Amino acid sequence: MSESRTLDVGSLPPGAFGSRSLMWWGTIGLVLIEGTVFALAIAAYFYFRTRMAVWPPDGVAPPDLFWGTINTLVLLASLVPNELAKRAGEHVDLRRVRLWMVVCLAFGIAFNAVRVYEFAHLNVMWDHDAYGSIVWVLLGLHTTHIITDFLDTAILAVLMFVGPIEEKRFVDVEENAAYWYFVVLAWVPMYGVIYWAPRLI
Amino acid sequence: MKRPLELPHAAEDVAMLEATWAEPSGFIGWLSHVDHKSIGRRYLVTAFVYFLIGGALAALMRLQLSRPDSGLIGPDLYNQIFTTHGTTMMFLFAVPVMQALGIYFVPLMVGARSIAFPRLIAFSYWMFLFGGIFLYVSFLLNAGPDVGWFAYPPLSETLYAPSRRADVWAQLITFTEVASLATAVSLITTVFKMRTPGMTLNRIPLFVWAEVVTSFMVLFAMPAVMLASTALILDRLVNTHFFDVEHAGDALLWQHLFWFFGHPEVYIIFIPGSGLVSMIITTFSRRRMFGYLAVVLSLVSTAFMGFGLWVHHMFATGLPQLGESFFTAASIMIAIPTGIQIFCWIATMWSGRIEVKTPMLWVLGFFAIFVCGGLTGVMLAAVPLNTQLHDTFFVVAHLHYVLLGGAIFPLFGAYYYWFPKITGRMLSERLGRWVFGCFFAGFNLTFFPMHVLGLHGMPRRIYTYSGTMGWGTLNMTASLGALLMGCGVILFIVDALMALRAGDLATDNPWGAGTLEWATSCPPPNSNFIRPPTVAGRDPLWDNPPDQPVIVGLRADVRDVLVTHVLDAEPDHRVEFPEPSIWPFLTGLATTAMFIWSIFTPWGVVYGALPVFVAMVGWFWPSRPDEGGTQPWPIRHRTLPRPNEAPAPGGAI
Amino acid sequence: MFSVSAIVFALTMAFVVTALVRGVSRVRNNRAAPSDRQLSRGVAVAVGATVVILIGLLIVSVWTGRSVASLHASSAVTIEVTGHQWWWEIAYDDAVPSRRVVTANEIHVPLHRPVVLKVTSRDVIHSFWVPNLQGKRDLIPGYATAIWLQADRPGLFRGQCAEFCGLQHAHMAFDIVAEPEVDFQRWLDGMRRPAPEPHTDDQARGRDIFMTGRCGGCHTVMGTAAHGQVAPDLTHVATRSTIGAGTLPNTPAHLADWVRDPQASKPGNQMPANPLSPDEDRALLTYLEMLK
Repeated sequence: MSESRTLDVGSLPPGAFGSRSLMWWGTIGLVLIEGTVFALAIAAYFYFRTRMAVWPPDGVAPPDLFWGTINTLVLLASLVPNELAKRAGEHVDLRRVRLWMVVCLAFGIAFNAVRVYEFAHLNVMWDHDAYGSIVWVLLGLHTTHIITDFLDTAILAVLMFVGPIEEKRFVDVEENAAYWYFVVLAWVPMYGVIYWAPRLI
Repeated sequence: MKRPLELPHAAEDVAMLEATWAEPSGFIGWLSHVDHKSIGRRYLVTAFVYFLIGGALAALMRLQLSRPDSGLIGPDLYNQIFTTHGTTMMFLFAVPVMQALGIYFVPLMVGARSIAFPRLIAFSYWMFLFGGIFLYVSFLLNAGPDVGWFAYPPLSETLYAPSRRADVWAQLITFTEVASLATAVSLITTVFKMRTPGMTLNRIPLFVWAEVVTSFMVLFAMPAVMLASTALILDRLVNTHFFDVEHAGDALLWQHLFWFFGHPEVYIIFIPGSGLVSMIITTFSRRRMFGYLAVVLSLVSTAFMGFGLWVHHMFATGLPQLGESFFTAASIMIAIPTGIQIFCWIATMWSGRIEVKTPMLWVLGFFAIFVCGGLTGVMLAAVPLNTQLHDTFFVVAHLHYVLLGGAIFPLFGAYYYWFPKITGRMLSERLGRWVFGCFFAGFNLTFFPMHVLGLHGMPRRIYTYSGTMGWGTLNMTASLGALLMGCGVILFIVDALMALRAGDLATDNPWGAGTLEWATSCPPPNSNFIRPPTVAGRDPLWDNPPDQPVIVGLRADVRDVLVTHVLDAEPDHRVEFPEPSIWPFLTGLATTAMFIWSIFTPWGVVYGALPVFVAMVGWFWPSRPDEGGTQPWPIRHRTLPRPNEAPAPGGAI
Repeated sequence: MFSVSAIVFALTMAFVVTALVRGVSRVRNNRAAPSDRQLSRGVAVAVGATVVILIGLLIVSVWTGRSVASLHASSAVTIEVTGHQWWWEIAYDDAVPSRRVVTANEIHVPLHRPVVLKVTSRDVIHSFWVPNLQGKRDLIPGYATAIWLQADRPGLFRGQCAEFCGLQHAHMAFDIVAEPEVDFQRWLDGMRRPAPEPHTDDQARGRDIFMTGRCGGCHTVMGTAAHGQVAPDLTHVATRSTIGAGTLPNTPAHLADWVRDPQASKPGNQMPANPLSPDEDRALLTYLEMLK
């Protein structure tokens, strides 16, 4: 057969980073879905707000600022090892990937632990009224994400230690970091809504 | 007409290729399938079974309503029947069947060997199957949901719905939404990243565009109903107060969340239908679609506008008039992009060389029925009319005209069109005409009288009505029409079964169509294309020059798949796709257990999550590197380009 | 609306059929197809016409909506409607609390005067709909909205719940009686009177059975010890045209059947069966029949 009748793709690499990879698109799809859930939950919060004269209703105090603010700082700080892990993945640097993923996990334990205190200091129970319900659900939705993100990262980290390690695992490290970014950055508006909205509006 | 692409191939390569892409046999093997064609077939069959169940429930409703004051079915059973009918058709049939067609055909139509994330697609199927089984087992145990397919609180709250029925409904939502969302992510990735070289954005088949647009709508709409149903489960299970008026909750919040999903939902059903119409008209008019760009933009703008209409389901609640006017305007204006599609279709037919085979017959039926439904929709968009017609049989007529007209008629057309590709056999043209005739006549006999019944004041969701209302004759007519429709469906099943046993064998391209799924055998080989084609036009089998290149160089010993750039489909890299795996099935089982358990206790989420976690670890944990030929560690020769290295020709993505 | 829709439908079908005929015949006669330019012109005209028609429909519907919604008058009669599963609580308020009228399932309105209905629900969402007088309005717990109507011809107008509200949504009807002002005021005055005293033995015995049984736990009869709030007010039950919110006509035989076993004709409704001896049955009926 003549050369012009074939397109030979045999020399193409067996993977790619960033938005060239299929996993990136899968991760973006998940981000769009979860982002929509967060956005709608926040919208529901404000919907309840418009129905009430006083907010929080029923003389309830707003959630204590201390633990929520601490955790926001911890979460934002975790972006540093996260970014370093991501870059290590892109450079296919196994040693640094292992190092920074372990540091990420340490942060993960920290912010999951502080989250327990956040729940304890919301100053309202989920079954008190609609305000209590939406605040617990907002915090609960995000907590589901920090727990699952921690577990994802832990499994991947274990894999990077025990193997089998192939090059495409480093793409997974990069995508896992992207998802970690989403989970942390999505917290910022939620923090604003849970902790500051009842004080400002 | 151009000859289909043919090349000599080395026989051993082909045998290895086919063996690599073959799916395992045996029962455990069947549970491990990840091939999109296998999953697509299952999805289509299961969705059709659900359609039959939903239709049987409708038949029971028509039986009960055929006469006034009928004592056949009491209110409790009737409420379960109409709720399960609506829930089945909307969640377990209409959306999944369109996604199933996408699962089977989108990879073929874009020239790929697989769908993106095949194990995710397999998981999606298991959630779909288990969700349906869960619903119908509940129904048989007298725990079928009975609060309407839309489950408005407070009726669906514990105080007024104390049994588990409403929990079954809410959890079914979770099953089906997980299945649909997974499929949507996969389809988007497939269409953007796995198109064969040459298939630039403006050469993507219209049905594929429809599936992509629909998938985006799924991503943004389904979270709304998931959030709402989760809030309902929480209200019922752990005493939150989202919709509970006594504790600052709000019954209308449910309606906003539900219809923010519910209106896009109907476009999620209709847009793939319109993609099927575009496809069938193109093939049977023997010319490229007129106004391709206009049709694509219409699909996209319909999707966007579809998110701005939801309040038209709430005109009777007494919202401020200015707000209502906005939604009236949007509801009327969305007819414009739909109209553009219709006129482009007519123009294509007008200038084509038409052969009226059975698929085309169904498209003609679509025109009549969908346009009628669209016009009653415009009527309903007007608030003063709406407050009279809302919640009457006029709306029942409208919704069936648009949904069956806009989606199911094209779907049956697609069944006739694509049956040869999936099975290798032709359905019967003669029987096909009878099926169409029965269904079309039966449909109009059933649903047209309902417009009149609504205008005469008959409300929806009533298990009986008094003889003094004068509604008896039209109801009896509708019931007889339903019988005729049922005959059409039975005839279709007969046609399909007969064809499977002894139908005419199909050639590769029995309709002389132009898209890539017809560039391979009927049914396709395991690898979809022995030599994947590239394209030089929008209808490749009509447009490609005889020497259009085919792809070589993909490995035959692993499931090697080509990934291309988003905009221009230039080749970028290859990926080794996964072998068959039991883990999607096991994850589906574990997730099902968690979902069902959590209806009974909130700890079900916690304890149920553990097996899910284990299954997912099993899913993602890679097999040993010496199976499948990937590079062992330590890596001696880097093959992946670093992020700052020059990207492959064609750009960064 | 209807005529425009019918014309649009006919036109669209005509185009489809023409396109079909031309397309099919082109297979045989091989005539040249219109150019894409010609087709573009045709499509543009069709789209333009569609836009014009739709904008026209939009203007008409918004304009109609505004005029339908805007009727107010200071002389309006105000009626409170509260939805229950599966009956309608009706109240006519008054500046003097003792003149407030509470009844169920039947509304009287004077002719030629606007009537404002303030609607809400005590339990689930219902919808108030009397087709021949006005569009529907949902009754939503936690919300009180207002809808107006005006009757300009006398008669009985049937209404029905139009939002699925559970087991007996199908049997939740009501009547609006439109009558001249004078008759309306007379009816209101009659409704303000408490239940009359029994003057036969049977009636007295019937009242005893009512008061000692569980009827008073749910129903109110003004002027007696029965003050139940969760079921229709029965003070003037004998004047209503139906029983059970439109389930049965209000005749002695039907009333007897209803009291004995309401579940037979409205299964799942909140009223339990009341098996009584034939004597007690007759006495109770006689009492109920005198509640005019």
